[in-house]
Amino acid sequence: MRVPSTVSVTENLNAPVGVAAVDYLRAVFGDSILYEQVTCDAIPTLWFAREDIQRALTLVREQPFAGKRFEMLLDLTAIDERVRVNRTGQPASEFTVVYHLMSFSGNGDLRLKVPLFDNDLHLPTATVLWPNANWYEREVWDMFGIRFDGHPNLYRLVLPPTWEGHALRKEHPARATEMDPFTLDDAQTDIQQEALKFKPEEWGMKRASEDSEFMFLNLGPNHPSVHGAFRIAVQLDGEILVDAVPDIGYHHRGAEKMGERQSWHTFIPYTDRIDYLGGVMNNLPYVMAVEKMAGIEVPERVKVIRVMLSEMFRICSHLLFYGTFAQDVGQLSPIFYMFVERERIFNIIESICGARMHPGWFRIGGVAQDLPQGWEQRVRELLDFMPARLDEYDSMVLNNGILKRRTQGVGAYTTQDAFDWGVTGAGLRATGYEWDMRKQRPYSGYENFEFDVPIAANGDCYDRCAVRVEEMRQSLRIIKQCVDNMPSGDYKSSHPLTTPPRKEKTMQDIETLINHFLSVSWGPVIPPNEVSMSIEATKGINSYYLISDGNTTSYRTRIRTPSFAHLQMIPTISRGFMVSDLIAIIASIDFVMADVDR
Amino acid sequence: MQWEVGSALNIASILAAVIVIAAMLIWVERRLLGFWQDRLGPNRVGPFGLLQVVADMIKIFTKEDWIPPFADRFSFVLAPTIIMIVVLLSFSVVPFAPGVGIVDSNIGVLFVLAMASLGAYSVMLGGLSSDNKYALLGSLRAAAQMVSYEVFMGISLLGVVALAGSFNLREIVLAQEGGWFVVPQFIGFIIFLIAGVAESHRLPFDIPEAEQEICAGYHTEYSGMKFGMFFVGEYLGLVLISSLITVLFFGGWQGPLLPPLVWFFIKASCFIAFFILLRAAIPRPRYDQLMSYGWLFLLPLSLINLLITGVVILSANQM
Repeated sequence: MRVPSTVSVTENLNAPVGVAAVDYLRAVFGDSILYEQVTCDAIPTLWFAREDIQRALTLVREQPFAGKRFEMLLDLTAIDERVRVNRTGQPASEFTVVYHLMSFSGNGDLRLKVPLFDNDLHLPTATVLWPNANWYEREVWDMFGIRFDGHPNLYRLVLPPTWEGHALRKEHPARATEMDPFTLDDAQTDIQQEALKFKPEEWGMKRASEDSEFMFLNLGPNHPSVHGAFRIAVQLDGEILVDAVPDIGYHHRGAEKMGERQSWHTFIPYTDRIDYLGGVMNNLPYVMAVEKMAGIEVPERVKVIRVMLSEMFRICSHLLFYGTFAQDVGQLSPIFYMFVERERIFNIIESICGARMHPGWFRIGGVAQDLPQGWEQRVRELLDFMPARLDEYDSMVLNNGILKRRTQGVGAYTTQDAFDWGVTGAGLRATGYEWDMRKQRPYSGYENFEFDVPIAANGDCYDRCAVRVEEMRQSLRIIKQCVDNMPSGDYKSSHPLTTPPRKEKTMQDIETLINHFLSVSWGPVIPPNEVSMSIEATKGINSYYLISDGNTTSYRTRIRTPSFAHLQMIPTISRGFMVSDLIAIIASIDFVMADVDR
Repeated sequence: MQWEVGSALNIASILAAVIVIAAMLIWVERRLLGFWQDRLGPNRVGPFGLLQVVADMIKIFTKEDWIPPFADRFSFVLAPTIIMIVVLLSFSVVPFAPGVGIVDSNIGVLFVLAMASLGAYSVMLGGLSSDNKYALLGSLRAAAQMVSYEVFMGISLLGVVALAGSFNLREIVLAQEGGWFVVPQFIGFIIFLIAGVAESHRLPFDIPEAEQEICAGYHTEYSGMKFGMFFVGEYLGLVLISSLITVLFFGGWQGPLLPPLVWFFIKASCFIAFFILLRAAIPRPRYDQLMSYGWLFLLPLSLINLLITGVVILSANQM
């Protein structure tokens, strides 16, 4: 779709890309824009009618604003608005589809919304614009029952094909105890078995070409190298991959649905288990999003503590990646050495947080406790032993000739591919594009730290590994600065919505006592608002899109995870390679299935 | 009964010793790998975990001996026995010490090579009869790998044969009294070593059973004692290759002070340990890389080695 030539917009080249885009869209669409919503994260949010959305998306993708583009469809999701109370001014809607677009060149975001009604749930697909819209739209169909016209294969994505209902609709029960007891009689078993039968045509694959018959290999959901419950249907011609279609959903636990059930405070431990290797780093975007809606400013000390622990978990996660990567190309030993290092870091984390992999330690408005006595010494020990070990691993893994031959030139993609498929994190940086949330949009005080953003050039398996290895060294630099410059002060904000609230004054006056009591028993009531908060997680951009309806629970919790986007890319980068290469590609992506299925 | 080549006592003790050593290797390998990988390995059952082997044996013998209904029964059962039989047969020509051995064959080297070729049938049949896609991929890889690496294995040994002037392994050992063949035949030794690892399909040449890629490869469907036979067969192969290297390149039982059998044991153990270390250290090349490495590098190298050896022997004879 081309931009109408009659429209002329005087462009201010210095304007932020979001503002420029809104100006442009206003000029093109005029009164067709249903509403301009203001959210507390300051992301421009425009409402479009279903008829206009594809044109608007095309414009946003094709047209440079102030010389900058919106390269990536960061997220696509929906909201069941039917029981939402506080939506003053917003157009009438029962289901709202939300597009979250991200500009890397202009470092800005844009949110587009489409109102829909239950008796007419469909809108045009965005897969023609962004290939990664494919899975996102399937997920929205799966969870809300919204159809995308023109979508190539609008099947269920995470729920089983025989599932009844759409799980994120408000009328769908959240717990098994709200449903009838589960039974599986013979007839039902047959139906389920039939649904599980593999028919290549349904996956978009042919059974034979002109000169050979293909073999279909079912890799997973239980397979030594798929890193969790993940299935890939592989179409083989000899050992050459003709196609590889990922199948996800085996690790789905309904984290987003739980977000609507748990109080703001009690959802924190669930976030730990999204990217279960990222530990408290998962808490960070969630608590920051809640703090933004509540208007809480956290003390400097909290920020630095959060950064320090997040970076420790980044090292832990990357170490596990590094070891399994080496193991998947057949090197048996590095994983064991790296587990030793990881164990030492976990011991430090345990002495600070009291738990190892999933401490759930960040709180709304602070952290759970102050740092223990003697923490500095233990963290300094980490800083002393790690660099030498990392050098040793370089000579063992990265400089190994066989490993290089196995991974260089395998599974390569360009920066443009990365944008098209929503690839962020080390996968994007390995293509030579320097983008790190911590640098470009500093949060939690990252602007005060000195560190480099490592990049590579070829975007292949080897580069993705090399980038992560260098990131561990940078994380050590950050941790060192945390230890050297840890500010004194409180580990918790004194804002009334801080959870659990500070206890000092509860016995002094009745107001504080009531506030404390309510806040601890019900949990805090967060004022109605919408917010989206992104961080540079271990695997890429992790973003929480929270909607508060002025209640003790979230109205909608949308978790945008990096692994979800990365897996969708596997077919494109693995066609034409061999089975062994597919294993190397899977290993180099560094995903966690809980991070994919949520 | 006396200790002479071919006596019943000799046959019985060699068979027992070889199988016991192969079984013990399961423990040795796990302990050594543990040692090199910063962990303990099996150390709970008996002193130093030595009885782990017994525990494993009890487990493997008492496991249900299951044959998948979709498998081809005859070849499915036949496959694991082939590997055991051919490897054990190969031991019959290995001269362990003066007077210790089963057969003094004049075609010892050829016999070993012939048995190694038959071993390929085991993995091929095992994979094909399982009617499992992973097993099929594994046996495809195995067939290609074993057929190609046998070529260099044979050629790499011809230098030794030419130097000793005999195919008889015992005579090859005796011919090394003046000096080990590893010195004049260093290239031959390296090629034989590589081909040996490929023949016993251990890491880095374990692509037929690469667990990260194709589960367990050709023996994916095997369990119980049949799996045990593949498993012990692999360790027997390891012992065999180490013994052959000792015999062909490192003077066999020859050595000062200690009894010949002890020398043989020490030398062979060093190579066994080396193969285990190799497994701990090196990643796995890709299947096509392994093939092109073999045909484009090892084959020309072994031919050149043979050519030079021939020229040197001929010119030495003429002088």
